[in-house]
Amino acid sequence: MKPVTDQTPIMLKLAHKRIDSANFATLFFDYSLDFKPGQFVMIWIPGMDEKPYTISHHNKSRFGITIEAKGLFSKKAVAMEEGDLMGFRGPFGNGFHTISSSNIAVVAGGCGMAPLAPLVETLDRDIIFIHGARSKEFLLYRHRFDIQRQICTDDGSQGHKGFVTDLLEKEIINRKKTDKQPLEMVYTCGPEIMMHRVFLLCESFDIPCQVSLERYMRCGFGVCGACVCGEQVVCKDGPVFDSKRLRTMDDFNKIALLKSGKPVNMDQYFSWRCQS
Amino acid sequence: MKFLGKNLNNPLVLASGVLGNNKEILERVHKNGCGLVTMKSIGPAPRDGHKNPTVIDLGHGMINAVGLPTPGYAHMEEEWKALEKRNFPLNASIYGGSVKEYQAVAQFVTAKNPDFIEINISCPNSEEHGMIFGVNEKSAFDVVAAVKKVIDQPLIAKLTPQAPDIAKIAKACEDAGADAICAINTAGPGMVIDIEAQMPILAFKKGGLSGPMIKPIAIRCVYDIYKAVSIPIIGLGGVTTGEDAVEMIMAGASLVGIGSGVRYRGINIFNQVNQELNSWLTTHGTTLDKIRGAAHKTNCFQESAQ
Ligand SMILES: Cc1cc2nc3c(=O)[nH]c(=O)nc-3n(C[C@H](O)[C@H](O)[C@H](O)COP(=O)(O)O)c2cc1C
Ligand code: FES
Repeated sequence: MKPVTDQTPIMLKLAHKRIDSANFATLFFDYSLDFKPGQFVMIWIPGMDEKPYTISHHNKSRFGITIEAKGLFSKKAVAMEEGDLMGFRGPFGNGFHTISSSNIAVVAGGCGMAPLAPLVETLDRDIIFIHGARSKEFLLYRHRFDIQRQICTDDGSQGHKGFVTDLLEKEIINRKKTDKQPLEMVYTCGPEIMMHRVFLLCESFDIPCQVSLERYMRCGFGVCGACVCGEQVVCKDGPVFDSKRLRTMDDFNKIALLKSGKPVNMDQYFSWRCQS
Repeated sequence: MKFLGKNLNNPLVLASGVLGNNKEILERVHKNGCGLVTMKSIGPAPRDGHKNPTVIDLGHGMINAVGLPTPGYAHMEEEWKALEKRNFPLNASIYGGSVKEYQAVAQFVTAKNPDFIEINISCPNSEEHGMIFGVNEKSAFDVVAAVKKVIDQPLIAKLTPQAPDIAKIAKACEDAGADAICAINTAGPGMVIDIEAQMPILAFKKGGLSGPMIKPIAIRCVYDIYKAVSIPIIGLGGVTTGEDAVEMIMAGASLVGIGSGVRYRGINIFNQVNQELNSWLTTHGTTLDKIRGAAHKTNCFQESAQ
């Protein structure tokens, strides 16, 4: 079999499908993918569409992709059966820049947990791990890590009722008060508005952070321009951007392009993305 | 250097449809050594383009059927406003499905003051059963003449290698008032089938070829066009190095476009190609003007045969 590369897609057989909850399923493929946490692949369902997804599970012989069934494509993807074929191109993008320290916070919101999970597995076990979602049902991988997790939900159905930034701010201030070492890095993925808030919070305390952005994509390798965010090419320069870069990105949490190339605000962008 | 009366930093051009989706990225490409940046082709009405997969790399180039997505010329107010305050030369690419549509887009775009207007005539004509404007001399002439009438900027006609005789099309465009020719658009169309899925990979099935694999076609087209017209040519197709640029200029190009090359060497490809081009010129003790069309010299064999 030809290897999966950033060129023509390679068809892989769905080895195992795990239903995570009413909204999520994880598809596993027995293939040794050369990959760095935060990178993504383009998944092709022949006759349907091709879309970018981050890798949520990774080891030497297997990788997995967690999909939230919300649009036509993702509903079709989670309805795939073991043995069915899907095409893969990639991995694309830069991935997270990892540092070795225990003064790290990982902040996941909703399906933003998926790209962060393989990152968490490479980090120290005593990191700060904050996990938020709309409600209990949307909390991914509840039993996956043996790392203590601080949970919050919008509706209070589990953990703190409120935002991930409430918990992050408390942690930062606590560290100041107790003379603990300050955080050296915050990794975050989730709704862009949440990542923006995490970024602003980190800025106000001088803590570097890395966020993973999402935009509509076509090529995945920095040619077609579908995914531009200001002067940054999200598929190639990103999808992970650090504080230094984010400070120069006026379109972060403001503007995204529709399929036609029309720039719109994030609300309009997400209401379109959720249907397709 | 001067091109059609405008100052350009260097002879390199960003191809239409590559990155050029907003002012910031166009500016970044300019700052990375590109003399003239081209916007993604602007059409008459909002259009999403085709479903993915739309762009696939084949190793020696790529195949694409993006399907001319566009917000539509009348729905780009913020973009135009941002571009008003630019500090780089801008080439606005336009397309339509009929002569009237091309004219409507051109009329609007000319008022936004780009430095050049490029008309992409590789589009199907809805009034001629979808026959591509650029494969027929008369329809190429008609659309160029119609656009020329309504614009204030120099007009660049962008040609398709699908034309049976591209030199004749170039001549028709020159006769209709084109100020320059840009060649070539993507070659083909081609198709790639996944044998496991037993299906063409592109959702649109067929797509245009670009990148290194089409360079010989582009060189031949520019060579033929140079013989047929006296207006300058932007040579485009498969250029990724300074030596490729030299080859394109020797075929007859005044400027050299780069599109797919961005895939292989990043946005900085423009700085790299400029540097390679200049060092080639220096080591050969020559200049751009001296090598332009150099490949057209009659060779010894032909001379002795005469
Ligand atoms: C993804 C992609 C999109 C393109 N879109 C357009 C377009 O909108 N208008 C146009 O005139 N040419 C378009 N082209 C063609 C390029 O401008 C260029 O003519 C062609 O790719 C050959 O040059 P290259 O080998 O350097 O890429 C596109 C090419 C690619 C690869
Ligand atoms: S998806 Fe084509 S440039 Fe990013």
